[in-house]
Amino acid sequence: MRIELLPRRNISPVARILAPLAALAVSFLIGGLILAAMGRSPVGAFDVYVVQSLSDAWALQQLALKATPLVIIAVGLSFCFRANLWNIGAEGQYVVGALCGGWVALVTHGSDAGVWVLPAMLLAGIVGGALWALIAAGLKVAFGVSEILTSLMLVYVAEYWLDYLVRGPWRDPKGFNFPQTVTFDPSATLPMLGGDLTLHAGVAIAVVVVVAAAFILRFSLFGYRLRVTGEAPRAARFAGFSPAATALAVFAISGGLAGLAGVIEVSGSIGQLKPSISPGYGFTAIIVAFLGRLDPIGILVASLAMALTILGGEAAQIALRVPFDFTRAFQGILLIAILVADSLVTYRLRISAGRRAVA
Amino acid sequence: MTIFEAILLTIVTASTPLLLAALGELVVERAGVLNLGVEGMMVMGAACGFAGAVTFDSTIAGILCGILAGMVLALVFAIAVLGLAVNQVAAGLALTILGLGLSGLIGQPFVGAQRDVIAHLSLPVLTDLPVVGRLFFGQDAFVYISLAATIAVAWFLMRNRAGLSLRAIGENQGSAHALGLPVIKTRLIAILFGGAMAGLAGVYLSLVYTRFWSPGMTAGRGWIAVALVVFAGWRPGVLLIGAYLFGAATVLQLHAQAAGFGLPSQALAALPYLATIVALVLLSLRRKGATAAPGSLGQPFAPDR
Repeated sequence: MRIELLPRRNISPVARILAPLAALAVSFLIGGLILAAMGRSPVGAFDVYVVQSLSDAWALQQLALKATPLVIIAVGLSFCFRANLWNIGAEGQYVVGALCGGWVALVTHGSDAGVWVLPAMLLAGIVGGALWALIAAGLKVAFGVSEILTSLMLVYVAEYWLDYLVRGPWRDPKGFNFPQTVTFDPSATLPMLGGDLTLHAGVAIAVVVVVAAAFILRFSLFGYRLRVTGEAPRAARFAGFSPAATALAVFAISGGLAGLAGVIEVSGSIGQLKPSISPGYGFTAIIVAFLGRLDPIGILVASLAMALTILGGEAAQIALRVPFDFTRAFQGILLIAILVADSLVTYRLRISAGRRAVA
Repeated sequence: MTIFEAILLTIVTASTPLLLAALGELVVERAGVLNLGVEGMMVMGAACGFAGAVTFDSTIAGILCGILAGMVLALVFAIAVLGLAVNQVAAGLALTILGLGLSGLIGQPFVGAQRDVIAHLSLPVLTDLPVVGRLFFGQDAFVYISLAATIAVAWFLMRNRAGLSLRAIGENQGSAHALGLPVIKTRLIAILFGGAMAGLAGVYLSLVYTRFWSPGMTAGRGWIAVALVVFAGWRPGVLLIGAYLFGAATVLQLHAQAAGFGLPSQALAALPYLATIVALVLLSLRRKGATAAPGSLGQPFAPDR
């Protein structure tokens, strides 16, 4: 038996849109089988994961809040992935962003700094995340060190750094020895969007990020440069696009956005620093970026789907005693399914009997 | 046993899983495939190995379960990247995420269980020699297997016809295919071997290193194994040295924590990861641009195009 991949001549746009949906459906099927193997009712789990998570206004707002860090990080990663550069350490950049923003909140704690605190925090988070990412990009540009490995190693370093600070110098002295900082002042907390909404301003920032990124990627020279660099590196060099400058730029963008997501999460949803400020947003965002086909609008939709798995996973932990690891396994299956679906859109699979004659 | 001997023994224990996993990845990369799922296959090996050993009350059964788990995950990867030309970096990441999640589910009923110490080699006279006795003649079977595997892999790659064709496929898949070498088949076998070795490395972690299971217990060792392959310049001999240096750094960092050098424990815990980065940088400085990486590494292969 041999298997051949034949490139499809014309790829229908419908297939392009349906592929991620098919991947989702297949993943739900496999996830259901795993749940059944664990002795849980897949139908009941579906109810907890999907139906209840989408059932009322409160749940939908929770969904938007969970999707916020994902969409911001994933949009940044799409810049990297488009240029065929692999920033795997968004989780670390997220943590460092939260640290830098949190630092501003802590030093201004109890002061009258007022309206400038929040913008300063967001800026500190962006700069911190960008600098953390630039370590990996700088090492790649200067020494040719694999950005995959360095950006990932820096995740562990960032997590230990956060752990040290919240257990040591930054710990709230009145916090009953819990490893956490003081609760941020109202001036260091993201405002609510108003009305009856339980959404903080980070959700609006996420929408701005999506629109801005969509504009840059579609209409700017920079966006065009990324496409060329990713798809035809040689052509990009002939055109005079510096690969080093591109690498630094996309890492700064993705790191900065991951850092921004970190500040938004701690100043909006959590309100303080503690060791567990992320259920793996930085890694989940990689899946979101692929599910959204590296397109900002697609990523917006994908982040909502992925937020559903996180939210549902948390609910299932309580209601069904399904460990959160199920969500992670599901996300892994989903990523493989997306990649396979994409491949099947690009290629036609021909399986035939017999061996290939050697020419 | 002196403290010095004890430290040397723990260095061997800390190095062995790195060596096992990295050896597997070295063969995979020499065949031209970049599998970044080592961490996922390793953690699956740890969970399934421990679950198997407890369930069947047999270390051998545990080892087999762990190896099998690594291979099953590797097969998923192989189908995606060989059969469907999926991007190797992305597929490897997916494998890691999947492995971390699934291992948590499989290991959950076994949290809190503990296994006995695995028998160490014991030879009359030889093992009782001072200093070198325990070090050379008193290790567990895995250590000897990992050393034998290093020699076997080195021999296979450099002195064996099949190994030569594997390297040719990794170096230039187009030419190798034109010569009639079985690109896909060779890569499939290499990927499965890599999965088995990563699974075995995971088994070592849960059955020997800690003797219990905890979620995410590989703690980035799979990634460090990938880095070690780069560090070693894709050569098994250097890989052996690298793994032992790295194991030594890990153990000394633990002793430094216990001694309390006034440094926060988190700073010391972060050291292995920082050391990996520094090692990669130093290495590239020495090599000055020209990498020893297999020519076709990471490129998908689709014949007849």
